[in-house]
Amino acid sequence: MNNVPNRQVICETLMAHAETDPDIFVLCSDSRGSASLAPFAERFPAQFVEVGIAEQNLVSIAAGLAACGKKAFAASPACFLSARSYEQAKVDCAYSNSNVKLIGISGGVSYGALGMSHHSAQDIAAMSALPNMRVYLPSDRHQTKRLIQALLRDEKPAYIRVGRNPVEDIYTDKDCPFTLDKAVWLRGREERVKAALIACGEMARPALEAAELLEKAGITASVLDMYCVKPLDKEAVIQAAQMADIVFTVEEHSPYGGLGSMVAQILGEHCPKYVKCLSLPDAPVITGTSPEVFAHYGLTGKGIAATVEGVLK
Amino acid sequence: MNIHDLELLSWDLRQQTLDIIMAGGGGHIGGDMSLINALLVLYENHLNISTASDPDRDRFVLSKGHSMEAYYAVLCHKGFLDLTDVTARFSRFGSPYIGHPNNKLPGIEMNSGSLGHGLPVCVGMALAGKRSGKGYRVYTIMGDGELAEGSVWEGAMAAGHYCLDNLCAVVDRNKLQISGPTEDVMSHEPLAERFTAFGWNVIEINGDRIAEVDQAYCQAKEVKGRPTVIISNTTKGYGSPLMENKAGWHHHLPDQKEYEQLKRDFAAGKERARHE
Repeated sequence: MNNVPNRQVICETLMAHAETDPDIFVLCSDSRGSASLAPFAERFPAQFVEVGIAEQNLVSIAAGLAACGKKAFAASPACFLSARSYEQAKVDCAYSNSNVKLIGISGGVSYGALGMSHHSAQDIAAMSALPNMRVYLPSDRHQTKRLIQALLRDEKPAYIRVGRNPVEDIYTDKDCPFTLDKAVWLRGREERVKAALIACGEMARPALEAAELLEKAGITASVLDMYCVKPLDKEAVIQAAQMADIVFTVEEHSPYGGLGSMVAQILGEHCPKYVKCLSLPDAPVITGTSPEVFAHYGLTGKGIAATVEGVLK
Repeated sequence: MNIHDLELLSWDLRQQTLDIIMAGGGGHIGGDMSLINALLVLYENHLNISTASDPDRDRFVLSKGHSMEAYYAVLCHKGFLDLTDVTARFSRFGSPYIGHPNNKLPGIEMNSGSLGHGLPVCVGMALAGKRSGKGYRVYTIMGDGELAEGSVWEGAMAAGHYCLDNLCAVVDRNKLQISGPTEDVMSHEPLAERFTAFGWNVIEINGDRIAEVDQAYCQAKEVKGRPTVIISNTTKGYGSPLMENKAGWHHHLPDQKEYEQLKRDFAAGKERARHE
């Protein structure tokens, strides 16, 4: 049972690199605790900037730091970062092509019963629509570490969404295949299957569990960890579709403008195929913890497997 | 450059700004004319930008990005851009010379256009300088209508909090915005007190007078422990009675008759300056 949330891994990774890189800057909007970045603030006060509860300022200041050669990581709850500071992400980061990494913490429905104001079911759609902006939803702590290490090496903007709670490992520290902007095949690569499951973020693990349940029921399924939602790994999407009867996408997001929309768009052009999109509803989600919400909307291993079986019938 | 020569040059730049607007078929002439003194004096006498790639160079962000035509005139004067090329291609299909700052062009640090972004970005630039022990200064010019954007005050709050004495903001206080007088649309007074309350040093000047602009930039450099805002009281459309203090000239495109009148007025202004 893993008890390390992805946000903590981001802090640990940034701290490890900040030891030798004084240009790494972390910014928070009264969010150092919820972002697990308090240790960074304590260890590297000269590389930490607190802006208070002011998400627009957070992103613009990060862009200003980046314009002067800093590697700015701005962390704030995904619900606010992707909405309140959207224009700053658009103009100061994306348009100016600034080296700002926007870390959306407690993404999706992580804040559970706090209500729609605190959910970010629109962030993939919003951020993906910005030219120059890349969008990543790592699936576990090991992939999160690889992703941050890779992003430290480039100078372009990106939005990274992680959840609040620890998620079960998919990979191990030693076995975590990672190439930036290439999806990871978790099951069934180059195999002829009934169902191709393409998932991102916290939905990769339940997608994998669903494939295992389906196998027991005699239904073959491949699983693709599409942590790189933008740029979407088109080749992998097309390959998965070509080898499957039906494509399923799974995401913790609105049904519009997220992974499902992008996969359907690619396949509509390059490999027409029935695509079933599993997501949160186009509505304020039901009150509950993340696991309760996921279970309610069929976004668990069992729920995904049941949907796949139903569609295949 | 001495004040007399700056005065003469400012009239040339007004004419060049007008020519850019006429060639491109549009622009924000009223604000261009009120802000051009602050831009010219900054670039000519204060902004340390001997090379655009020097990490220790001073930084400038035009927050009031729609005054781009005046900025083009200044950037051309300073050799970053070619005036003939800018005039020929401004706003044309496929041109890099758009109506707001484009950081793909030499000399331009950041894109802008959406108001209320320049000051917070400059806070980041100033913080980067402070934290790196560099001595560069950071400047931005905002419009007064722009001050209704809440993000301006988020930036102002942070600049005061972090004691950014390497940051100098100019407010082009021409008191007019597209819908009319700023105080009717959304009042900003008491503006000096507002900035003071946010921890800023405030300098108020008549921004139509180049000597006062130059002196304000000098004073700002001497202030320690606080950012400085220069409230530059200006005349929208400064340089010709045809457009001065007329909200309708916010982005009015002169017709040929009006163009000729403006040209005569700018020439007369330069002649007056020559004999002052």
